[in-house]
Amino acid sequence: MPKHEIILLKNMMEPGYTGSLKDYEKAGGYQALQKVLGKVAPADVTTMVIKSGLRGRGGAGVATGGEWTFLPKDYQGPKYLCCNADESEPGTFKDRQLMERDPHQVLEGIALACYAIGAETAYIYIRGEFVLGSRILDKAVAEARAAGYLGKNVLGSGATIQIHVHRGAGAYNFGEETALLESQEGKRGQPRGKPPFPATSGLYGKPTVINNVETLANLPHIVNRGPEWFASIGSPPKSAGTRIFCVSGHVKRPGNYEIPMGTTLRELIFEQAGGMRSDKPLKAIIPGGASAAFLTPNHLDVKLDFESVAQAGSMLGSGGVTVMEEGTDMVWAALRLMEFFHHESCGKCSPCREGSSWLVQTLRRILAKRGRMEDLETLVQLCNNIAGRTVCAFGDAEVAPILSTLKYWRPEYEALIREAEAHRAHELPMAAMRH
Amino acid sequence: MLQEKHRTEIDEILSRYPVKRSALLPLLYLAQREAGYISEEAMREIAGLLRLTPPQVYETATFYTMLNLKPVGKFHLQVCKSLMCALVGSDTLIGWLEKKLGIKVGETSKDGLFTLSKVECLGACGTGPMMQINDDYYERLTEEKVDRILADLKRDGASALKTGPFMWPEPNGAKQ
Ligand SMILES: Cc1cc2nc3c(=O)[nH]c(=O)nc-3n(C[C@H](O)[C@H](O)[C@H](O)COP(=O)(O)O)c2cc1C
Ligand code: SF4
Repeated sequence: MPKHEIILLKNMMEPGYTGSLKDYEKAGGYQALQKVLGKVAPADVTTMVIKSGLRGRGGAGVATGGEWTFLPKDYQGPKYLCCNADESEPGTFKDRQLMERDPHQVLEGIALACYAIGAETAYIYIRGEFVLGSRILDKAVAEARAAGYLGKNVLGSGATIQIHVHRGAGAYNFGEETALLESQEGKRGQPRGKPPFPATSGLYGKPTVINNVETLANLPHIVNRGPEWFASIGSPPKSAGTRIFCVSGHVKRPGNYEIPMGTTLRELIFEQAGGMRSDKPLKAIIPGGASAAFLTPNHLDVKLDFESVAQAGSMLGSGGVTVMEEGTDMVWAALRLMEFFHHESCGKCSPCREGSSWLVQTLRRILAKRGRMEDLETLVQLCNNIAGRTVCAFGDAEVAPILSTLKYWRPEYEALIREAEAHRAHELPMAAMRH
Repeated sequence: MLQEKHRTEIDEILSRYPVKRSALLPLLYLAQREAGYISEEAMREIAGLLRLTPPQVYETATFYTMLNLKPVGKFHLQVCKSLMCALVGSDTLIGWLEKKLGIKVGETSKDGLFTLSKVECLGACGTGPMMQINDDYYERLTEEKVDRILADLKRDGASALKTGPFMWPEPNGAKQ
């Protein structure tokens, strides 16, 4: 059993815990809401969150409390909170567990955030495939409303907090916050140009905060135990708290592991997740979801915090850690991810829409042993023409798998191409032209 | 007509949003639940309900991969093919399904029961290979499990092998 304290997954790890309101209350649930509602000023709740050092768990790692302060002061009209439950970054499957196993922890977090920013309505934007999760949340919202934790005049404080569950309908990039807003408004889920930022003009053109499920689930604990306590966990000041890492791929025990930030990749893979599944050694690691650059066994001692992973040339991202054993074809792996990005590109910007298609075609050609050495240069050029030249961060994300596999495993690409060249030499001139 | 049959549900959906158009996805889902897919007639009716033009509804409906604009089999098998599942055998799983159902990816069986699709990541990367059948997830699939699921669905229309509420690893040591 782990030596560190488990926070977010604690309740659900108790035998017999069902995630019902009763169970959650028994475990101390909704005490944070009772502690602050009508008793602590909303701005002081925000200050608490700033002091805790909490940063977003959805991918970008933005300071949560700081982000809230960008909402216009003294704004009188409606404001919104959107809980980003799109969980669509390949390699990530933690929000699903938080919602299905302990939904009230998420709801209490949402209610606290609503109170802090002065939003009367929150929407949980849940990816369409999570049908069970959306039913569980619907039921939990009804329970919380009946108990007075949500609705009008919550706990006698006068505050109104309504939560609605809104199901998406399939596509990766709704996770991007402005695409999520478009989709929620009943439009095609394509990102908006920024500015304006959602904090000033978000859902229905109103000030809006968008936070990830895991980010919000931390709030009750920060309120209950104090920002100083939270700021002492993990690798403060920049990476305070725990993270739920989702381990997938060739390990003995894939799954969700909550550990303090700053723990090494080695400990996560070899202690928590039980090490490699067979006697084949480790070959590659993706440390933060499909948009994060691949790392190698030389990076096993990299600490899992925002700064250390970035220094190693990748990113902590969404916490999805994918492990690959020796024998995994890196060109194939890059292609699989590229096919995903090509499929999910929303088509708004040409570099992403067209570039992703060319990248897939070029990788397929190389993998099918029909490539040429120039193709490697083409790949890099295409990537450089996509990253940084698109409306949303999808463009930067989609080039990471190719650029990083080219960086560390270029000989694999070259070997495939050399085979192609060997074949080509035996072909008649006309046949060669077809390639 | 959706309105006659589902008036209260439609009203409840509309009440959640300050702007009508936000109810579009929930209403399209309602239409899909009703008929298995979304017909042009349903889209026209929804347009009327939300004061949108039919092309506005069509524009949105065609963007979303989970909305079927054509009829599909009674059971829609969607297998995740993204890297994380591929590392643990999703290609093999697709092969089994094609063989057992006698259809290729993208096809529907002659009896109209099964449609097989390959899809991108469904957010179950630690428990692959996996597939979604209609509303339910089926994870950590083996050939034996696939046989049981298909038999269950044919016989009872449902299978106890569906998974969730999700937690992995399970708190008291892994079980199948
Ligand atoms: C292409 C793309 C996909 C994203 N997908 C998700 C997602 O599935 N879930 C999520 O919480 N954030 C996702 N994000 C990040 C969100 O845009 C946003 O930063 C996040 O929801 C903010 O919440 P946080 O500060 O609590 O992390 C995505 C970003 C991009 C560019
Ligand atoms: S970068 Fe890609 S996903 Fe993002 S807006 Fe442009 S086309 Fe759409």
